[in-house]
Amino acid sequence: MNRARSTAVPASENVLSKALRGFGGALRNQGRIIGASGLGRIGAVIILFFGVIAILAPWLALHDPWETLRDASNKVAIMRPPSWDYPLGTTTLGRDILSQMIYATRATMIIGLISGVVSIAIGANIGLMAGYYGGKLDEVLMRFTDIIYGMPFLPFIIVLISLFGRSQWFVVLAIVVIIWRTSARVVRAQTLALKQRQFVSAAKARGCSNLRIIYRHIMPNILPLLLLYTAFNIAWSIIAEAGASFLGFGDPDQLTWGGMLYDLWISGKSRVAWWWFAAPSIAIVLLVSALVFVSRAYEEVANPRLRQR
Amino acid sequence: MLLDIQDLKVHYATNQGVVKAVDGVTLSIGENEVVGIAGESGCGKTTLIKSLLRLLPGTAAVSADRLAFRGRDLQGLSDREFRKQILWNEISLVPQSAMNSLDPVYRVGEQVVEAIRAHVETPRRQARERVAHLFDVVGLQASLMDNYPHEFSGGMRQRAMIAMALALEPSLIIMDEPTTGLDVLVQERIIRKLLEIRREIKSSILLITHDISVIAEMSDRIGIMYAGRLMELASATDLFEQTHHPYTLGLKNAFPSIKALDRELISIPGSPPNLIGTLAGCAFEGRCPFAVSACASERPAETEVGPSHRVACHRLGDVETMRIQASEKSTWQSSKSAA
Repeated sequence: MNRARSTAVPASENVLSKALRGFGGALRNQGRIIGASGLGRIGAVIILFFGVIAILAPWLALHDPWETLRDASNKVAIMRPPSWDYPLGTTTLGRDILSQMIYATRATMIIGLISGVVSIAIGANIGLMAGYYGGKLDEVLMRFTDIIYGMPFLPFIIVLISLFGRSQWFVVLAIVVIIWRTSARVVRAQTLALKQRQFVSAAKARGCSNLRIIYRHIMPNILPLLLLYTAFNIAWSIIAEAGASFLGFGDPDQLTWGGMLYDLWISGKSRVAWWWFAAPSIAIVLLVSALVFVSRAYEEVANPRLRQR
Repeated sequence: MLLDIQDLKVHYATNQGVVKAVDGVTLSIGENEVVGIAGESGCGKTTLIKSLLRLLPGTAAVSADRLAFRGRDLQGLSDREFRKQILWNEISLVPQSAMNSLDPVYRVGEQVVEAIRAHVETPRRQARERVAHLFDVVGLQASLMDNYPHEFSGGMRQRAMIAMALALEPSLIIMDEPTTGLDVLVQERIIRKLLEIRREIKSSILLITHDISVIAEMSDRIGIMYAGRLMELASATDLFEQTHHPYTLGLKNAFPSIKALDRELISIPGSPPNLIGTLAGCAFEGRCPFAVSACASERPAETEVGPSHRVACHRLGDVETMRIQASEKSTWQSSKSAA
């Protein structure tokens, strides 16, 4: 039975459908890994929820997030607590917090995703190169990583902003520069262990080039680890972005959750406007914990000892 | 002549001194010939073949008077040229512990396809057909090529590695301990298969093992290595029937023979010498019961004692007495290292 299936497949399939099926299979696989743990499932649902909001932001928001709203009696709706008309309340400038949240979700997720993915790409490549080639290259790359370890995030972003001005891209840059270092070290350690394995020397013996061994043989073997650190890095980026924006280092024209908290702080109403404070804080905590839950599910794949028996 | 090795040396510079892992090996392999290299662990067998395939780390200093493949000088080739032109096209390898040599994340057939396509431009489908054929040759069902390595048994993985080595019909296949780690029955089946394959394709085989019986079964010529040097090199029959070197005599004692089942097995006392620094005399001197003073001070030259039978020993004149005395257990206990 098994035999009939596997011989029939390669002959009758074209490349595209095979690739699609492979991709679908890989996706299903990831789904199974995350779905296997209860927390992972919850995390995935939360991420999906925020993801949908981020994508559909312009259609979901009832108001322009910068618009000063007026109520039925044509009075400016300043500092309204949550009500039927303003589900999450309004700001001191009469802006709708729900609409602000929806747009801020989009910006926050884009910043988190870009910083997370770029940082893992840098960290993984540096780790792979250092671990695989060893010797001088390893020495140079790892000492460079050590130097980055000595770089504090906030002073770095302050310098960036005072030199070039406030922009969300500087926040992304500062986050990426700081967080790739951990993934680089972890990937290097894994690479060091993997390159001692027989299949690597066998690949070398059959004439595989170094780059081919690195990207075709070592990287797929550390994929669970990479996904784990991607989730970590995204979570860390979101926290770092919120922190930087709250301190006023973010882009003033870009709404993010941290930026909303900054607006609250400078309005001086932080003791009164609990609704203004609650929405972005809860969103940050929810999304970051969701990412941590999903990464926990991956961690069990990367480190089977954590699995419950 | 397929492969011609003259005075090959592999040295490692360490803090304690130079380690001479391979110390002057001269060996040639003809077309369609199986040459076996036997010797105990750590005597440089694997280093020898790794130096041939350029798989040694950069810290190894490899030198040879001559290293030629079908008359073509291998030392002059760049690593890239060697990888593209010689490796796998002409010389392939069944690595040591081949069972662990498959990448766990790819299907087995896919890895053989990779080996083929890395060297010859072949459409994927054609490469897959070739793999199916190769699986058939080594006695695996072709349908298994879409399985993952963990779904294979040890013997099956071994066969898959052999299939991979055969992929481009190289003129020389180097097998490093091809049957080590397999149980005797699987071992027997693999050897049968190898002999069968050998009759079909015209490749030469360089077989490395510490298992004398495997080597005796498969090889046309056998070399005995000790401490990085070739002690004796002879045709398979001559090596066992016209043994000249005391070390070979000792090895013969240590293995059971079907002709004398009640014979007591005698091991050689002591262990191989430290390879750091220069061994002035014969490498086996410390463990040899027949050692004389010249053995400690002067390295014995390799002497022809018969047609394609070379031995490196000072006491070739006394070979008859040595053969008689070597079968006595007391003889071996009289050597320097046993005392």
